[in-house]
Amino acid sequence: MKLENPSRREFIKHSSALIGGLVIAFHLPEKGFAAVRSDKVYPPNAFIRIAKDDSITIVVNKSEMGQGVYTSLPMLICEELEADWNRVSVESAPVAPVYNHTVLGMQLTGGSSSIPSSWEQLRRVGAAARIMLTRAAAEKWGVPESECKAEEGFVIHAGSGRKMSYGELAEEASSLPLPHDVRLKDRKDFKLIGKPVKRLDTPEKVNGTAQFGLDVYLPGIPTVLVARSPVFGGRIKRFDASDAKAVPGVEGIYQIPTGVAVAASGFWPAKTARDLLKIEWEEGEGGRLSTEKMRSDYAALARTKGMVARKDGDAEKALQKAYKSVSAEYEVPYLAHAAMEPLNVVVDLKPGRCAIWTGTQLQTMDRNTAAKILGLEPDQVEVHTMFLGGGFGRRANPHSDFVAEAAHVAKAVGGPVKVVWTREDDMKGGYYRPMWSDHIVAAISEDGKPVSWRHVIVGQSIIAGTMFESKMIKNGVDMTSVEGAATMPYLIPNLEVDLHSPVEVVPVQWWRSVGHSHTAFVVETMVDELAALAGRDPVAYRLEILPGDSRYRGVLQLAAEKAGWGKTIPGRSLGIAVHKSFESYVAEVAEVSVLDGKIRVHRVVAAVDCGLVVNPEGVRSQLESAIVFGLSAALHGEITLENGRVNQSNFNDYRPLRLSEMPEIEVHILNSGHPPTGIGEPGTPPIGPAVANAVFSLTGKRLRKMPLQNLA
Amino acid sequence: MISFRINGMKADVSASPDTPLLWVLRDHLRLTGTKYGCGIALCGACTVHLDGEAVRSCVTPLSAAAGRDVITIEGIGEIDAGKKVQAAWIEMDVPQCGYCQSGQIMSAASLLKKHPHPTDAQISEAMEGNLCRCGTYNRIRAAIKMAGSAE
Repeated sequence: MKLENPSRREFIKHSSALIGGLVIAFHLPEKGFAAVRSDKVYPPNAFIRIAKDDSITIVVNKSEMGQGVYTSLPMLICEELEADWNRVSVESAPVAPVYNHTVLGMQLTGGSSSIPSSWEQLRRVGAAARIMLTRAAAEKWGVPESECKAEEGFVIHAGSGRKMSYGELAEEASSLPLPHDVRLKDRKDFKLIGKPVKRLDTPEKVNGTAQFGLDVYLPGIPTVLVARSPVFGGRIKRFDASDAKAVPGVEGIYQIPTGVAVAASGFWPAKTARDLLKIEWEEGEGGRLSTEKMRSDYAALARTKGMVARKDGDAEKALQKAYKSVSAEYEVPYLAHAAMEPLNVVVDLKPGRCAIWTGTQLQTMDRNTAAKILGLEPDQVEVHTMFLGGGFGRRANPHSDFVAEAAHVAKAVGGPVKVVWTREDDMKGGYYRPMWSDHIVAAISEDGKPVSWRHVIVGQSIIAGTMFESKMIKNGVDMTSVEGAATMPYLIPNLEVDLHSPVEVVPVQWWRSVGHSHTAFVVETMVDELAALAGRDPVAYRLEILPGDSRYRGVLQLAAEKAGWGKTIPGRSLGIAVHKSFESYVAEVAEVSVLDGKIRVHRVVAAVDCGLVVNPEGVRSQLESAIVFGLSAALHGEITLENGRVNQSNFNDYRPLRLSEMPEIEVHILNSGHPPTGIGEPGTPPIGPAVANAVFSLTGKRLRKMPLQNLA
Repeated sequence: MISFRINGMKADVSASPDTPLLWVLRDHLRLTGTKYGCGIALCGACTVHLDGEAVRSCVTPLSAAAGRDVITIEGIGEIDAGKKVQAAWIEMDVPQCGYCQSGQIMSAASLLKKHPHPTDAQISEAMEGNLCRCGTYNRIRAAIKMAGSAE
């Protein structure tokens, strides 16, 4: 039997051609949108296609990795377009300047910025299209535009009752000039925004038709597995492929910069052959690395002065005069992203051009990197963004590591390839959340208020050596290393935050919530310690030392109230933490018990203020997701190295939470009315400290090292 | 050549008998709904039904499928339990990235076949082997309960 399964992209291409008359025409000059960008009206034809049958395709320039952008971004457009939401489908954008991030100037998805950075842009796109459609109808009927209104995919002339659908009008509309005076709706008139809307991508994700990178099969393309160095920075001395070559289905074996690539007719022969390779590695300094040794080095560094990230008053002097003080050391480990879909890339290399099919968060850089490796111009390289089977930051590699490697493989093979990473490759492949050590000395005065706080942070810079360096490293301080610590909100007159950024061979990268994944733990458990030192309730204490107008207060109070803060539950305790990241505020209350040294989290109550909410259902899902992601790491997550080798390999020794460990999760949304801010990441930082604080409340034991489950 | 039935159709596959069924489905038959997650039966993303039982196709050799009935996510909507589970998944808006959901649905459909109205404990037991990094577990539980109460 032969089942034909052309990739979905091909299918879309063909079916579009069949519909024909893509009437808000879709043509994208590679250059020439600069003027448009500067007046902040984006051409609707880049984002909206209306077919004669009234179906609407929204071209989304962000990667869908679970966070819901294939629903929330079309909502922004359709709110202003007055489209019939039931006729909307989604397609991923190719790489073109018009699809660049409105702030960051390249095509990427990250920093919980999709909604905030598209909020104005995409509503304007929708409004411009609506104006063009209305204008086309008015011209056709010979009536003033002001007498026509757009509604649910139709333009209606009130006086005569005449009505034309968007599909009927789109061809004419597309020839009209782009309107430059675009007025957006008042919030009170929103019909879609703010309503719970079901995800558009669910049906294809429940019947197996959703196409992820790994699902791309182009005819005759070999599957390639790469044998990479067992230690970071290792190089091949020599290798013997004679046994590997003998495996049926093997098509070729190639040396590439990152290792030895085995091309075969499928995954299984490629893996079977790779296991038979005999490779001698030149390990270099990577072979001597041990996280245990790093840990003691980091702890020593944390006792020394670093680069100053923030300095208010004189923490040292204030400490001398303080009433009571506490000194604490913290440790958090390297963490892998461990997305469910292991990394993979299809590079369809042809003479003079190339198409890349992958799940990526960083299209422009990946394209440019691949072009350079392949000796092509960037516009000779297409990028097809597939569904991402989880991203969490890993698929936004600032060195385009997985795409670059696949380009090297294609170059070596001299044609198209599909490079697949095994789970073990993915787990051991580096680009981890950095491991951190911290030392804090903090002190209170007799009235219990904090008077001195000295925090030294030690951990690798994620940004150093990337193209983000000039913007995100200031006076030697990587902003992502100190975010959430140097920016902590509490009123402390004498405060110093220092940073050491040691250099290691282990590659590091942003991991859902980046620096906040570590700083929230340290800051929020220490504030809890100060509350205990002052003999105050943790919620009351935080409210006491937060500025009166702080947006932290709202979520802190809401979470506490909804969790029943102050109640006693036999055998259980509550802990709280509040943190701001990506301009959103989240407080979480964890209800825990400890049995035989095992922490069990029974319930998490979260309150979020992410400004105006586009899709409340999406916000709830993201909070649930971010909490589980953070809880997996807080309880179990740990990547360690010995003799340069990563100890963990799969889901048995790097344990995500499983269903039986799930707490009940309640999410409460505080509608503050501020402009919308991030939601993919801000739920992750508070959960670790909330759990640690709950354990303290229950057992009196302070947990200052992650993962917590090792210590309870 | 090894033959078996896939979603009601006959399949003849030329591959090494030790090839995991997962890669036969994907690389040979282009049934890409069944996902690769771990390769050693730790995550459940590759779950299919073999003669009606949920199995991890990543550790099921092709030889073990010879002459038997395999149902994948592409075919599960044809059976009553599968249809109910898929409908409940849509109703509860369960998937996020969606990568693990084929396996979740296959495990849930198997559970419902055995226990049409599963208890919490039965849900926990049946679904413990299916990982989700997006953390959709509570919606999965709710969706299974919904499917279990559907007529």
